[in-house]
Amino acid sequence: MEINDKSDKVLKKEGSAPGRIPMKARTFKGGIHPYDGKELTRDMPIREVEPSGEMVYPLLQHIGAPALSLVKPGDRVLVGQLIGEAVGAISANVISSVSGTVLKIEPRLTARGDEINSIVVENDGLFEKVSGFGEKRDYRQLGRDEIIRAVKDAGIVGMGGAGFPTHVKLSPKNPEEIEYVIVNGAECEPYLTSDYREMMESPELVLQGLSIILTLFKNAVGVVGVEDNKPEAISQFERIISQKRLERISVCPLKTKYPQGGERTLIKAVTGREINSALLPADAGCIVSNIDTVISVCRAVSLSTPLITRVITVTGDAVQNPGNFRVPTGTSYRELLEAAGGFKGQPEKIISGGPMMGNALFSLDVPVTKNSSALTCLLHDEAAQEEQPCIRCGRCVSVCPENLVPQLMMKYVRQGDYEAFEKAKGMECVECGCCSYACPAKRNLTQTFKQARQQILAQRRREAK
Amino acid sequence: MTENKLMQVSASPHGRSSASTSRIMGDVVIALLPAAIFGVVYFGFHAFLVLLASCVSALLAEYAFERGMKKKLTLSDGSALVTGLLLGLNMPPEIPLWIPILGSFFAIIVVKQLYGGLGQNFMNPALAARCFLLISFAGQMNSFSVDGVATATPLALIREGERVDLLKLFLGTCGGVIGETSALALLLGAAYLLFRGVISPRIPLSYICSFLLFEMLFAGRGADWQYLLGQLLGGGLMLGAWFMATDYVTSPITKNGQMLYGILLGILTGIFRIFGSSPEGVSYAIIIGNLLVPFIERITMPAAFGTGRRQYVKKASKG
Repeated sequence: MEINDKSDKVLKKEGSAPGRIPMKARTFKGGIHPYDGKELTRDMPIREVEPSGEMVYPLLQHIGAPALSLVKPGDRVLVGQLIGEAVGAISANVISSVSGTVLKIEPRLTARGDEINSIVVENDGLFEKVSGFGEKRDYRQLGRDEIIRAVKDAGIVGMGGAGFPTHVKLSPKNPEEIEYVIVNGAECEPYLTSDYREMMESPELVLQGLSIILTLFKNAVGVVGVEDNKPEAISQFERIISQKRLERISVCPLKTKYPQGGERTLIKAVTGREINSALLPADAGCIVSNIDTVISVCRAVSLSTPLITRVITVTGDAVQNPGNFRVPTGTSYRELLEAAGGFKGQPEKIISGGPMMGNALFSLDVPVTKNSSALTCLLHDEAAQEEQPCIRCGRCVSVCPENLVPQLMMKYVRQGDYEAFEKAKGMECVECGCCSYACPAKRNLTQTFKQARQQILAQRRREAK
Repeated sequence: MTENKLMQVSASPHGRSSASTSRIMGDVVIALLPAAIFGVVYFGFHAFLVLLASCVSALLAEYAFERGMKKKLTLSDGSALVTGLLLGLNMPPEIPLWIPILGSFFAIIVVKQLYGGLGQNFMNPALAARCFLLISFAGQMNSFSVDGVATATPLALIREGERVDLLKLFLGTCGGVIGETSALALLLGAAYLLFRGVISPRIPLSYICSFLLFEMLFAGRGADWQYLLGQLLGGGLMLGAWFMATDYVTSPITKNGQMLYGILLGILTGIFRIFGSSPEGVSYAIIIGNLLVPFIERITMPAAFGTGRRQYVKKASKG
């Protein structure tokens, strides 16, 4: 096997034992510095939202097979009750976040823009819980299988956006080959501060969640990666780590740059290792989890509380009172927006997520799901600009974190030459949006690649059949 | 509060930087101003008329063509102005005005618009027009004078084996085309472009370094710094390296490609200046370099993140 491990060299050069993370802020090549809009909400403490309207639980809020509904119209459900069961190897449970009556099961519009079969529950406002909900447990008494079972039962998925089932991620082929468990606290997406607020308000839960995951990987160190625009979060973590003598955990300050929190760029910054689209983080000895995911693991294992709420930033210059909210999943975005005081002006664009990778919504009547992270409402839609001819300035090449040549990829797609697109490594694109952002001719590069990649993937699936 | 009004949607990203084509072109014009102002002050009012004629006719040619072909008008992107200004700066100061006007029309219509407009031309329009004029009107294009007195260009003097005053070359008080004489003014403009992030130093520096190395090896003068500095400051190298070779449309987009392109231009310029019939060689070197850009890009495609040699491969299991 070819030995190509620059990472250890990097670490040794900087005078640290393998696994020790140097203190200098680390990063990757490329990337952009967009306006981050975080000042709107970064000092707004998380507020609880108690929904009153109807709740919608899509059976697919994750990557993989849809969950199977366990209820039928007319059934009474409780907070924490399993209503959709994971089926197949990659799937996740769906849990009710309110008590009430099941109204119907029907396809409903979701934030991604597609209609997904959903369980609709009428909230009775009592928030009656299932038995055993919230019971304390000591994770040190639990075995590996019990921890993974608890994570699976709680319906936890990656809450950074992709929604990969966490119990699957925590069960790689060779657990002893995992060397890094990385908690993604970069939060590089503009406008979002929900992860920052969680890090500031419940750092113990983050570190405990990480400790729980570390019990599964005996050869791993835990690293919390935080961008250096959040120095308070970094110093707070460092203080707790040294107070509690958490020897296996360290904080890695990262350079503030988008997309620092992308999985591949984060792994590169923390470990020096580079992976491509054909590899999983586990192939480079890494497990990467979002802040909210790790907190959910902690709640599920130590507090017997499944994933039924998540923290969402409601922000943008069109929102009356931007802030951070802990919202039960299933709540509609419309109700969430009302909690933030509604609009103060007519927005041109409403986005589920942030402006770089979020999905534009045409209606607010979609439910908050496990992988929702923000509701960004903008008075002005910067994307609505006419495309001009490419002048080959090369800005797309400079900013591409995947070291691609977007200008040529775009040319190939426009010519319909998908073979050339693939040869130019177009399938390595992570759709981060840097090229479209940087383009002076306002060309929709990322959008074009998204479409081309989808077509190529569909073609591959057809051929595989 | 929106009622049930449907919102505007599009695929992400929803943010755009403030960079724009017209701002980039504006920066290039600003960067060329020191050289243009110096040229007008030093060579006199006719030089101003030459610049004016070339710029106005370039804009006019673009307007007329797009209007005639019923295409979208693109005067506001500023690219025609840059072409006109660059062509004007490449004219001898006392040239009859119809020559730059003809050149501008050739640059805009034949070299740029007939190939599809902005971004589609494979040769730098201003340089292609200059070469067209050099071949067609060799007499007028090669007669240089200062204050009505015919002078030889520094490169021609160096070729004759004469000594040139390097300070004069640096400041620009010598013969040559309007925009090329003052290295100081050109470097000021180049510094502005670098500061604004419009150009990277990859092409100009690799161009200049490879040119000097080639001269050292093959000019038969060795490391004669007097000769080398004369070659560097006299003639069109500064204007060409910083403002023409860096033209986005006609230079490679890959980073390694830009280095290779610069090196190639240095070698070609060296060959033309040492072995060619004219003491100049920058324009032809860049034009030929332009033709090789697709090839250079093909052989310098970067390895994508995490692929090829960069991919992380697990070490063979320990023990």
